[in-house]
Amino acid sequence: MAKNVKPRVRVPKTAAKGEVIEIKTLISHIMESGRRKGKDGKLIPRSIINKFSVTFNGKPVFEADWAPAISANPYMSFFAKVDESGEFAFKWVDDDGSVYDSKASITVS
Amino acid sequence: MSTKQALSALTRREALLLAAGATIVAAGGVVLKSGTAHADQKMIDDALMKLIGDKKPAEGKITLDLPQIAENGNTVPIGVTIDSPMTAKDYVKSVHLFADGNPAPDVATLHFTPMSGKASAATRMRLAKTQNIVAVAEMSDGSVFRAQQEVKVTIGGCGG
Repeated sequence: MAKNVKPRVRVPKTAAKGEVIEIKTLISHIMESGRRKGKDGKLIPRSIINKFSVTFNGKPVFEADWAPAISANPYMSFFAKVDESGEFAFKWVDDDGSVYDSKASITVS
Repeated sequence: MSTKQALSALTRREALLLAAGATIVAAGGVVLKSGTAHADQKMIDDALMKLIGDKKPAEGKITLDLPQIAENGNTVPIGVTIDSPMTAKDYVKSVHLFADGNPAPDVATLHFTPMSGKASAATRMRLAKTQNIVAVAEMSDGSVFRAQQEVKVTIGGCGG
């Protein structure tokens, strides 16, 4: 498991029914590409987050598959259409199988 | 000009030609070598073949938001927006992003749903050198669109 992994998400607290909101996410992760060499001249093994997914009240909203070409501390922003109040669930899956998650609720009026 | 002189001139010319030929061969060797060190358009086409089969992508609908010049190849912002109503009947299913000058062409694949509301997303990527970014969008009706844009990279990412 990569060290110091800390997910951060920004979701508006409120929205109008049917509004399309922007969601921004950032997670601290080294995203080791597997092509870099360490001080001993050996390749540092690949260690990245390869999957990011978002659901709203259990229904899929957005997903992304990441390759090693994604920068360290991956940032992802995207949109969601909200018709009801509820909770966004964010999930990041590491190469080693660890899962990092975060949640954010929104009130729709 | 005596026959002797002409002969020696010929050999010199031949020698020059030979030298030039050798340079071309050497240059060709270099090109081939660098061709194996990073991705190219063909690798993108092969990757696409696996994803969408032999469908011919059309132009349009995709807007790429990329810097013209990226000073730091370690973190290059990329935004992609696809013109789509994003309803249950007509929406963007996936967008594949490729970079043709990186060690591997894949950057990311984004999957949208009608709940996305808007087929638009942004992230940050590594670019090893100046190269083309290719975006291919798959729509819910099976149609495919493609866009391409060059990014000039001052200092490459990906480490060494």
